[in-house]
Amino acid sequence: MMQGYQRSDGRKGIRNVIVVAYLVECAHHVARRIVDASADMDVHLIGFPGCYPNEYSLRMMKHLCVHPNVGGVLIVSLGCEGFNRRELHATVAATGRPVDTLVIQERGGTAATIAAGLKAVTAMQDCIAKTPRVAIGLEDLVIATVCGGSDGTSGMTANPAVGKCFDRLIALGSTCIFEETGELIGCEQIMAARAVTPELGEAITACVAKAANYYTVMGYGSFAPGNADGGLTTQEEKSMGAYAKSGDSPISGVIKPGDHPPSSGLYLLDVVPDGEPRFGFPNINDNAEIAELIACGAHITLFTTGRGSVVGSAISPVIKICANPDTYRRMPDDMDVDAGRILNGEATLDEVGEEILAKITAVASGERSISEALGHQEFILTYKSFEPVGPACLPVRARRA
Amino acid sequence: MTQKDPSGLILLHAKDNVLACRRKIHRGDSLMIDGTAVTSGGDVEVGHKVARVDLVPGDVVLKYGVPIGSITQATRIGEHVHTHNMKSDYIAIHTRESTGEAALP
Repeated sequence: MMQGYQRSDGRKGIRNVIVVAYLVECAHHVARRIVDASADMDVHLIGFPGCYPNEYSLRMMKHLCVHPNVGGVLIVSLGCEGFNRRELHATVAATGRPVDTLVIQERGGTAATIAAGLKAVTAMQDCIAKTPRVAIGLEDLVIATVCGGSDGTSGMTANPAVGKCFDRLIALGSTCIFEETGELIGCEQIMAARAVTPELGEAITACVAKAANYYTVMGYGSFAPGNADGGLTTQEEKSMGAYAKSGDSPISGVIKPGDHPPSSGLYLLDVVPDGEPRFGFPNINDNAEIAELIACGAHITLFTTGRGSVVGSAISPVIKICANPDTYRRMPDDMDVDAGRILNGEATLDEVGEEILAKITAVASGERSISEALGHQEFILTYKSFEPVGPACLPVRARRA
Repeated sequence: MTQKDPSGLILLHAKDNVLACRRKIHRGDSLMIDGTAVTSGGDVEVGHKVARVDLVPGDVVLKYGVPIGSITQATRIGEHVHTHNMKSDYIAIHTRESTGEAALP
């Protein structure tokens, strides 16, 4: 039986981490020193570098700070930045979690704030050690997937194996999220046909069209030189491989960063900003996508890689599924699952799907994933802007209303 | 839908006109493609594609049974299909060549 942490909003966590959140790059160093001084793998650093206020980043930080894997929050502000620290503090306090805000300009500068921060973290550690433990099942879990460092093997092994795992999870009552509409360009018609309503199908087609337009303005698709080295030739080829992660279940809805899926089932996360392209590439790297999946409530992210990504994440563990047998041989100590065995006929997609499911259960029970044990806690948050999703995107919520 | 072939090629979908490599193919290796013996003209890495039939410019490339781009240069059966002889029908990609990195020492 898996044991989780009960949160006041009804959700359950699989970790009980303290996040130290800086609200502008100028507070980054102080926040990092507090995290380092705590010498605790469950104290994580997150933050936002910009000085200008941005609704999206405030919303993201709020959802990240009250994520079910988070037990307490220390906010580190320089003092003069545009971030609404009071609103962030109040949002965390309203959930009953311990929260502190340290303003460097009011605390006497760098050294004094680091000392105060360490004291605050120590007090929080004692406090959150008392968080009630409760039984947690697969039906309580939100599992996300992302691919990074994709190559020609990704779409043959790891991605369809995650798709098999997703189908099993959804049958068992979990909530699953796949994403990156810019990496689904070319699959929109096939994907729309899996939507639970025709209106949702149209919404899916529209959000992929938005992505294609956005990336065209940026000048490049979501395609790195390493993708071509690994045998992928076009955006649409990469898309078809990435799309295999979604499995065969019906698509229940489209969400945007910070939206919580209203039911179990399969959800597509629309990560491409709305309106005229303003702040640059939608997601500047894989961790920007992982942070958005976590803001949607993801407890664990299944990360498939062909070329060999090493990243993890703050807040929620990343399980690394290696698609390419050559890559696995080169860097086995970074991979949780060797899906490249499928290429050599040593395992089937279904078997690797079951292996991933077993790994999810183990990690949800407290076992550290490989990237987590290595201390990978990458995090990035940049400027974006979104409109709320329309009623067609969430047929489940529309039916309830 | 996946069919294995002792030469290391996989047909991912019956409609496909390219095959995926499940192991590295070396120049001179003999490939058996739908009963036709072909000698590989070059090295092709794991995860890359080779032509299942002769292809001409404008041909739509099918993988997983769906279009993934189109051919820009005549390509013989068994030849490597990649950025040198095919392109996206949607959106430009950036390669090491286009960013100038390939030209650096």
